[in-house]
Amino acid sequence: MTELSTTLFGLLIIGAAVGGAAVLTWFERRLLGIWQDRYGPNRLGPFGIFQVLADMLKLLTKDDWVPPFADRFVFILAPTVIVIVMMLGFAVIPFGPELQVIDLNIGLLFFLGMSSLAVYSVLLGGLASNNKYALLGGLRSAAQMVSYEVFMGLSLMGVVMLAGSFSLRDIVLAQEGLWYCIPQFLGLVTFTIAGIAESHRLPFDLPEAEHELTAGFHTEYGGMKFAMFMLGEYVGLILICCMMTVLFFGGWMGPLLPPIVWFCIKVFVLICFFVLLRAAIPRPRYDQLMGLGWKYMLPLTLINLLFTGAFLLVMES
Amino acid sequence: MWEAIRSQLVTMWTILQHTFTRSETVQYPEEKPYLAPRYRGRIVLTCDPDGEERCVACNLCAVACPVDCIALQQATKEDGRWYPEFFRINFSRCIMCGMCEEACPTNAIQLTPDFEMCEYDRQSMVYEKEHLQIAGTGKYHDYNYYRVAGMAIAGKDKGEAKNEAPPIDVKSLMP
Amino acid sequence: MPKIRIDNQEYEVPEGANLLESCLSAGLDLPYFCWHPAMGSVGACRQCAVVQYQNEEDTRGRIVMGCMTPVTEGAIFSLTGDKASGFRQAVIESLMLNHPHDCAVCAEGGECHLQDMTVMVGHRDRRYRGLKKTHRNQYLGPLVHHEMNRCITCYRCTRYYRDYAGGTDLAAMASHDHVFFGRHDEGTLQSEFAGNLVEVCPTGVFTDKTLVGQYTRKWDLQSAPSVCVGCAVGCNTVPGERYGKVKRVHNRFNAEVNGYFLCDRGRYGSGYVNSDTRLPYPGMRGAEGRFTALNHHDALAEFERLTVGRRVAGIGSPRASVEANFLLRSLVGSDSFAPGVSEQEQPSLQRATALMRSTPARVPSLADIESADAILVLGDDVTHTAPRVALALRQSVRNRAYELAADMKLQPWQDAAIRNLAQEQRSPLVSVTPGSTRLDDVAERTLHLAPGEIAEFAFAVAAALSGGDSAGNPEAAAVAQMLRDARRPLIIAGTSLCEEALLDGAAAVAGALVSREADGTRAPMLSLVVPEANSLGQALLCGDDAPDLATLTARAEAGEIETLIVLENDLYRRGTGEEIDRLLDAVTTVIVLDGMDSATCSRADLVLPAASAIESEGTVVSMEGRAQRYYPVFVPGDERHSSLYWLLCCLKAADHKHFVDINHVDEVIAACASAVPALAGIVDAAPGGSYRSHGVRIPRQPHRYSGRTAMRANISVHEPKQPQDEESPLAYSMEGLNRDEPGSLLPFVWSPGWNSNQSLHKFQDEVGGALSGGTAGARLIEAAGPTTVPEAATPSSIDAATLELIPRPAIFGSDELSARSAGVRDLMPDAYLELSVADAKTLGVEAGDGVVLGGSDTAFEVRIDPSLRRGCVAYAPGLNGCIGLVPRSGVSLSMAPDWKRRDADLIARDGQEGSLS
Repeated sequence: MTELSTTLFGLLIIGAAVGGAAVLTWFERRLLGIWQDRYGPNRLGPFGIFQVLADMLKLLTKDDWVPPFADRFVFILAPTVIVIVMMLGFAVIPFGPELQVIDLNIGLLFFLGMSSLAVYSVLLGGLASNNKYALLGGLRSAAQMVSYEVFMGLSLMGVVMLAGSFSLRDIVLAQEGLWYCIPQFLGLVTFTIAGIAESHRLPFDLPEAEHELTAGFHTEYGGMKFAMFMLGEYVGLILICCMMTVLFFGGWMGPLLPPIVWFCIKVFVLICFFVLLRAAIPRPRYDQLMGLGWKYMLPLTLINLLFTGAFLLVMES
Repeated sequence: MWEAIRSQLVTMWTILQHTFTRSETVQYPEEKPYLAPRYRGRIVLTCDPDGEERCVACNLCAVACPVDCIALQQATKEDGRWYPEFFRINFSRCIMCGMCEEACPTNAIQLTPDFEMCEYDRQSMVYEKEHLQIAGTGKYHDYNYYRVAGMAIAGKDKGEAKNEAPPIDVKSLMP
Repeated sequence: MPKIRIDNQEYEVPEGANLLESCLSAGLDLPYFCWHPAMGSVGACRQCAVVQYQNEEDTRGRIVMGCMTPVTEGAIFSLTGDKASGFRQAVIESLMLNHPHDCAVCAEGGECHLQDMTVMVGHRDRRYRGLKKTHRNQYLGPLVHHEMNRCITCYRCTRYYRDYAGGTDLAAMASHDHVFFGRHDEGTLQSEFAGNLVEVCPTGVFTDKTLVGQYTRKWDLQSAPSVCVGCAVGCNTVPGERYGKVKRVHNRFNAEVNGYFLCDRGRYGSGYVNSDTRLPYPGMRGAEGRFTALNHHDALAEFERLTVGRRVAGIGSPRASVEANFLLRSLVGSDSFAPGVSEQEQPSLQRATALMRSTPARVPSLADIESADAILVLGDDVTHTAPRVALALRQSVRNRAYELAADMKLQPWQDAAIRNLAQEQRSPLVSVTPGSTRLDDVAERTLHLAPGEIAEFAFAVAAALSGGDSAGNPEAAAVAQMLRDARRPLIIAGTSLCEEALLDGAAAVAGALVSREADGTRAPMLSLVVPEANSLGQALLCGDDAPDLATLTARAEAGEIETLIVLENDLYRRGTGEEIDRLLDAVTTVIVLDGMDSATCSRADLVLPAASAIESEGTVVSMEGRAQRYYPVFVPGDERHSSLYWLLCCLKAADHKHFVDINHVDEVIAACASAVPALAGIVDAAPGGSYRSHGVRIPRQPHRYSGRTAMRANISVHEPKQPQDEESPLAYSMEGLNRDEPGSLLPFVWSPGWNSNQSLHKFQDEVGGALSGGTAGARLIEAAGPTTVPEAATPSSIDAATLELIPRPAIFGSDELSARSAGVRDLMPDAYLELSVADAKTLGVEAGDGVVLGGSDTAFEVRIDPSLRRGCVAYAPGLNGCIGLVPRSGVSLSMAPDWKRRDADLIARDGQEGSLS
């Protein structure tokens, strides 16, 4: 691709991600409504789709207020960080055989790096708010992300070993015969769980657990800054779903339909799955969350690595 | 552990099944639900079958109210009847729990099936006696507190209430 | 202390108590009706039944009445056994047979002992389907409402009214289930203590009539510990407030002062707080002579402008707190501060104070008075000057009965038995007064003398006691003998007659009793009645050199006073109109701080509205020298502030060197205590504002205070924060803990299952004993001084040819504040003059005729007191028409020219509420 088209494609991706996230706020509510035997937002426009516009309008017109006791600079910086890093993560996603902003040979590491940076957003937001709930939320978030980061990376190493490359494009291509969700099932499970924790969505939304911490790290946020946190969360959700598609479900590959459609279908199904998790599973206690991460998930990923390695060695010999 | 995982999966499956169940939501303004006569909505003060106000300002509704949204002041009429000088319900606090109705010994305070009480100004949610008092008997048609109480009022002398013997003549020497 | 077993649990109980008392003291709930801690047991209601077992082997036991069963070592009882509880249930079911379905319209509901006991016993369903008996009610006057249907015939009312308070016009009538408690004929209850029926009656037969028109349930009343300012006794009260109005006053138990009972002036005399003559806003008199309302900032600015840097004098008030008087005295300087009593009263008051501080006899509390076994009353009709003392004296004359009972080994709570035993035998009480008194019915001997003669008589008794020759005065010798024979003789005199020599005489008698026998077996007591709530505190504050009103007038006329500040005082009640006019005309500016509109306010240039004693904090010193603190029951409305606030603000504006750093009531109290040595003890009257019980404040509201989100919703639906109390340890909310606090901070009594005032025993160490947090108040006059016996003084006397005007205060009317309260106002008589039979004959008038005082044209109705000393004309100070009369002055009387007799029938039947047929 030319430089111009790459730039245009990048902008398109950003637009699509933001738009997708916006629609997702409505879609998630409708889906939760269906599963909870109610309607969800259904008043504005067909199926209530204009609820998105209404919400946007509301958020945009809200008073852009910074609490006088907060650290002003960091307070404003924090929500921008999460949006930026989540957007950057999309750069390495191959949406189709030719549809990729940049095919880095360390694409997977870039993604991991970007998603790790997201913790700063939450941490800084919590810290800068100068509010005990926000601080506790920030602290929880930091611990949670650090813990789940560890096996998130490790859970993907099986995929890397099988594909023999960090380039996401190569990984997709390596799944020509068999999607990695079969040989790397353990990796898939652990990555999914880590992915939920990384995007701190329910049931792992302890940083903002409203029953305990009012609204956690974004207690003091409102208006556009709050919207950016939300945007970051939903873009993160899409990103994780994209990564799962790429790493475990054969990316764009599929019969008959054009590759980008296959990609979108896979991502859509995964998003629905994430919403189902939110609808069905209660939030664990904080110690249970950490216990799950360190005591079950980390060993599981290590076992997965061990078996993958052994399998490769056997195959080679 | 396995049990825990199974339980989570079963939960997810159960929830997923709800994709195909009907929504329970009633589309309220277009579609009005049936409200039973004993539905707990807007509070009224009723009158007894004789057309006199039933409330005797005993304060039991006020003390039963968990959100303390009822305030009143007792006063006495010429004939000894008690009545509320003012009776105020702050509906912006009311939770429609019906405890006041349960507590009322005279069936004066009753909840009605009207819950549509929206106001732009919260102050308009404060109802005084003239807003609460209705002319009818409400849900309970026959009860008249003073017909069973021992106090004498106009039109009911001592000994004329239900189950009462005529007043004792203390000066009589008969056994 | 004997050990007894109740339901297999061992308890140590006080010696000589009955089982009911012991159970209650031990925290066990045993229902009862007829028993009352102050009135003992009669076993009438059968409600406190328990099972007593002979010994360990006895399994059947027998039912005994708890209140009639003495506790003995090793006795075994069961409260909860089926037999006892079944019996109690049957008893209450029968008591409830005829009880009407009235609770919703009954003023007792929510604090009804009958409700509590019914719930405690567990009786729930009425099985009786027959007809209920009914009664007609009687009109019992403006204070007590009668609803006879509710009666459970426990006889507490007549036992209290007749046996305890000495009333005669309330009785149990008819027989079997026709028993009726009331008067023979409708009419106002005659006893001055009738209001206690409201608290004594365990159900709603007798209720507070002044409350019923503006009724509020107990759980809705905000209350705080207060002290009655109706007279100098200093009874502890609990006023209850709702919607900014004082609803009622209940007794606050104080073992050494009022115990369980109040007088009707105290109970019904707080209505003045709701009066429409209260001043809501500060007023500044403009050039055209009309008042303009100010807000309190502007008022303070004016106050400062008219005070700071000018020649200022102040007149305090014996009905204002020690602190407020102290601040005014500090503002104007002690030599420009008059105590605010009349010229005639001031020397008597100072003399009484000096005598109390120097007498070797004990200055008794009311509890001490109740223990006296020989009483000599000199001058005062205490029922009208210090009413609660009279009720105490009615108990002290029963000490003879208790002595007899002790000889027969009868326990003191065996009420009926002791009354039977003693019949009419009483401890001796001798009353030496100008005319008849309300205590004459229990007096062994009554003497009717003119004030000067009473003083002479007292000195004669003193002389007889000291072994002098008393042959010329057999009465004095007999009284001396009576006092000599007593172990706890009590001398009571008062300032109401404005006769210093009389006080000296009383002190001489007490002194002679002390010096006669120093072996300690006898404890003579000297009680001097002063007129107002803080009279004694005022005298202690001012000392002997304080200028009186005449001195101030002279100085004002000499141009030495520019601004005169009058504190909570209507000067026109302290002197003749001409005298006060002269004083007020002579000064440039008059500033009045008062709660009520008065004649003095009408003469003021600046009026500052003062909070009443029920809305502010302060200390008053009662006639026994007990400093007691009262606390605000509610935040005063409009622009009213306590006098203390106004004065302190002014002092700070004046940069007074002692008051720059003083901001808190406690600091004012401390400053007062350190500046006036005689008042050093007031700091101990109650804990300071930082006191916390169990770490929290003491709530003014019961935990079920209702309507908080609706009470002021008519003003604004946005609820303000609860008012914060910066000064006292009490909170204007239900948050906090009403438990284990000192007696001086007890805001109300309530305990789970005990909603009525009978829950008091949960706050006492043992039933009937002192409050577990300690008795309220601190005695300022405690140690007896050196033995100084006053020399025989020459009593003031007037020309025998003229009549002498004698003040004889009236319980309803002589007190300025209570006279403006609803119930009391209805009982106030019109102005009258009492004449002796002989004087009336000389004048040619009969009772009901009119007379005029020489020189004036005000006509008075004539009353004839057959026992009044010839030459005395008695009037009740404070009544309309009697204001401005000079006590002890010589007057001449003549028939009123156009007097119209009132129709006697109209007076007798002033209220009709059904009649006995």
